[in-house]
This record gives sequence, structure tokens and C-alpha cells, in this order.
Amino acid sequence: MDWQLVADSFWPLLRGGLTGTIPLALVSFAFGLVLALVVALLRLSPNPALSWIGRAYVSAIRGTPLLVQLFIIFYGMPKLGIVFEPWPAAITAFSLNVGGYAAEVIRAAILSVPKGQWEAGWTVGMSPARTLGRIILPQAARVSVPPLSNTFISLVKDTSLATVILVTEMFRKAQEIAAFSNEFLLIYTEAALIYWMFCTVLATGQNAIEKRLDRYVAH
Amino acid sequence: MSRTEDVSNGDLPNEDARTADLLIARGIQKSFGDNHVLRGVDLNVRRGEVIALIGPSGSGKTTMLRSLNGLETPDAGVLELDGGPVVDFAAQAGVGHEAGSDAEVGAESENGAGSEDAAGSEDAARTTGARGWSRRRAAARLAKANRAALRDRSAMVFQHHNLFPHRTVLENVIEGPTQVQRVPRATAIGRAEELLARVGLADKRDAYPHELSGGQQQRVGIVRALALQPDLLLFDEPTSALDPELVGEVLTVMKELADEGWTMVVVTHELQFARQVANEVLFLDGGVVVERGAPAQLFSNPAEDRTRRFLDRILHPLD
Ligand SMILES: Nc1ncnc2c1ncn2[C@@H]1O[C@H](COP(=O)(O)OP(=O)(O)OP(=O)(O)O)[C@@H](O)[C@H]1O
Ligand SMILES: [Mg+2]
Repeated sequence: MDWQLVADSFWPLLRGGLTGTIPLALVSFAFGLVLALVVALLRLSPNPALSWIGRAYVSAIRGTPLLVQLFIIFYGMPKLGIVFEPWPAAITAFSLNVGGYAAEVIRAAILSVPKGQWEAGWTVGMSPARTLGRIILPQAARVSVPPLSNTFISLVKDTSLATVILVTEMFRKAQEIAAFSNEFLLIYTEAALIYWMFCTVLATGQNAIEKRLDRYVAH
Repeated sequence: MSRTEDVSNGDLPNEDARTADLLIARGIQKSFGDNHVLRGVDLNVRRGEVIALIGPSGSGKTTMLRSLNGLETPDAGVLELDGGPVVDFAAQAGVGHEAGSDAEVGAESENGAGSEDAAGSEDAARTTGARGWSRRRAAARLAKANRAALRDRSAMVFQHHNLFPHRTVLENVIEGPTQVQRVPRATAIGRAEELLARVGLADKRDAYPHELSGGQQQRVGIVRALALQPDLLLFDEPTSALDPELVGEVLTVMKELADEGWTMVVVTHELQFARQVANEVLFLDGGVVVERGAPAQLFSNPAEDRTRRFLDRILHPLD
């Protein structure tokens, strides 16, 4: 085993993770969550047309491979005159993807808040929008932390797909080093271990957030 | 006289320039699918009086109460609040009542101040008289604005308190005043603390609802309603979800409110409370008011057989 290569490649890989993988995942997740809230509200809308749009969106995102979505945006959109650089293309694709998956989580979380909370909001004089923002979503947030954490952890791993549209994140770095050194098993295993480390740290963060949000819940 | 003035003036509504009737409900009807729950209920709430709604399970008590603050929209009937609005539900649901609708908009827009939802009423007026679909939209908006106007004059205490679990006791109480009524935060906190002290919960202001007993939760629910400084307090069986030993503390608070002159409509199974506190008792069964009267008369000498049988079942459940 070439320990020197392991040591030499560790920092480039980690740097690729910290400057590529993690920012890509964070930014995409942030945009994706906003989109997901919009899609969830569309789905919950009493207006059948709006609700249909929300449902169709979720269905399309969940029914097609993420890799194909990436290709359509990066290689397909220029045909329509929309040319993306690799990073914006990746962020767009991942955000749209998270928007579809997280929408279902948020919708279920909103529905899990008892109807009486909406009624109490109404009774103290709040509009539905304000009740949603101040009463319903904070309670829905607690329920949705575990499933949204799963979505985020999946996203961190899925960012490796961005390598095919030339984004320099961790996996692309690994491919370069592996090709250069011919040590495929070693380098890819090393990359896998760093992904694993990232995900372990994220899971710890999830626990901390859950604890914090749990303070008002009876045990 | 508008409600916003009440809010800035003090605790209880001014007595001057007011008629005795605060709320008149006429012919309220409501169906859920095939289930005709309310079949024309009349109700007359006089200022400072307590009305008790009693009746068997499923008789429509909750539905009637919820209709009074817009949580439920009746299919037909009229709700008339002193000082507006006059809401004619038949006109909202049906077609060909545009003249009536316009009149309602006028009455409503003066009195809906302070409500976020009432803003729709002007738009409703503008669109009324256009083509059919926009007329229906206008009717829907008007219904919404009127529901909000009803809601802004009343406050509801729920059977299962419905406190906001992610907010402390104090935050629960000041939510409406600060977020909706635009009362300055310091003022709202001051009033909230005063009200909490009055129901013996001054030391619980920073607790979360789940840290309280059922009776304490329900008293916070009452304080949250009082903090809105409504004209009308609505209670839906506020003690029926409580352990028996906690019922008294809640009923005591309610009796004090009645003595202070608050106008209340109370759905209850606590016949003794109704007897002591209510000015009028309505016995509801099958969606109609079977009998109404002063508690002494209705309880000791009911005119209707159905009333007598219901009272017997409650007072002597084992016979
Ligand atoms: N949102 C709703 N959808 C469908 N049916 C409803 C709804 N709300 C109430 N009902 C029905 O209307 C009838 C009257 O209900 P309501 O809650 O008004 O009765 P109640 O007199 O308050 O009874 P209880 O003493 O059990 O609280 C019941 O048959 C109930 O199932
Ligand atoms: Mg009921």
C-alpha cells in the first residue's frame, strides 16, 4: 500500500470536498428547500390547477434520473439558447431535484400539524399566511428534520454526479489523481471514506438540531 | 363605534350608545354532506349575558358556536353583530342577491378594521357586477371578509386548548395583540401578565404549554382569548377534556368572567355551572333549539319531553 500517495492525495481530496462538494450541496439545498415549500403549498392548494402543477412537478422529478436531469440542463438547454456554466448548471439541477423530493416531506409535515392549530391562529386574528409562517411551519419543521436530513445527506453524495458536467468537486479530484497515479482502488476508497466522514458529521448535526427543536415537546 | 377603539380604550366594551343585543343569529343552517346538522337555529346574545348551549352529542352545539366566529360558514341564516357586520349567508351562497351583497360590503368595510382578511372586501365590491365568474369570486371574497369581521369581534376557548406548543405561555397570550392588533409589545406583555396573575398563573409566563397541567393549559387558553379584548367570548366544552379534579379551577375563572360582565356563549355539559352562571340556557337537539329559558325554569321544570329525558340522562346516568 502506497501510504505516501494516501497522504499526498488526502488534502487535495478534502479540499475538493470542502470547496466543491459541501458548498454545492449547501447552496443547492437552500434553493431546493425554498422551491420545495412552494411546491408543497401548490400541492396543498384547494385550487385543483395549482395542486395539479405541484403534483406533476414532484412526479417528474422523482420519475426521472438525476443524471438525466443534469444532462438536460447542461447539454440540452444550450439548444434553447440557455447556456449554463458547470457550477450554475449543477446548482440548478440539484435545486430542482431537492425541490421535488423535499416538497413531499414538507407537505406531510404541514399536514401533521393538528387542524386545531390553524383554528387557533384564525381565532387570534391571523391570516392563513401568517398562521402558516408563525404557527404551522415552526411545528412542521420539527417533524421534517429527520427526513430532510436524509435528503441532504443523499444530496451530498449525489453531488459526485456533477463531475460529469465538469464541476471540480471531490470526486472529480479523485478521478484526476487516480488516472495520474493508476491507483484506482486506493484513491476511490479514500474518496469514499471522506464522503462517509462528511455524512457522519452531518448526522451528528441533525441530532443537535432535533434536540434544539425538541425543547417544547413533551417526553 | 369600531372595535379598534374598544381595544385602545380599556378592558370591557363601553356601555354608551349600544343596544342590549350584541349578536343576533337567525335561522342558521349548516349541512355536512347529507348530514343536516343545524336546521335553523336562532340565538340572541345580549351584552353582559351568559348563554349556555346544552344538548346531546352530535346535536350541533359545536357547529353553532363555530359559526359565530367564522370557523364554520353556515349555508343559510343571518348573523348580525351590533355595529356590523350583518352577514346574510344565503346571499353569499346563492345567486341573484347582488344588491344585498353590495349593502353588506358597505357595512363591513367600516367595521372590519384591524383584520388582515377584511382587506378583500373592497376588491369584492369592485368585482361585483362583472361577469358570472367574477361575481362568484366576489361572493367568495365577501364571505371571507365577513367571516374575518365576525372573528375579530369574538374569541374562542377550545375544548383541547389548542395552545401553540412552540411558544411560551406569555408568547401564546401576546401573539394576537402584537401580531394582529398591533399593540406595542411592552403594552401587550403588561396586559398579559396582569391577566395571567388574575387566573393564578403569573409564575408560568415562561413555561411551555406541555409543562402545564390540563387545568392550567385551559386557563392560559382563556387568557389568550381575553387578551384579544373581544366583545364576545365563546367556549366549547372547556372542561370536558379535563380530569375531574381540574374542572373546578377552570369553571371558577369562567364564573368570575361572567360576574365581571363579559358576554359569553358556553357549550357545556356542566349543568351546575349553567344553572349558576347562565342567564339563558338553550337545549339543542337534532339541529334545532328544542327549548330555551332561564336556567331555574328549564332545569327544574322543562316544558319539553326531550329536554326532560336529556336532563335525566345526565343527572342520573345509572338509572
Ligand atoms: N367538519 C365536519 N365535517 C363533517 N361532519 C361534521 C363536521 N363537523 C361536525 N360534523 C358533524 O356534525 C354533527 C354535529 O357535530 P357537532 O360537533 O356540532 O356536535 P356537538 O353537539 O358539539 O357534539 P359533542 O357534544 O359530541 O361535541 C355531528 O354528526 C358531526 O359528525
Ligand atoms: Mg362539540
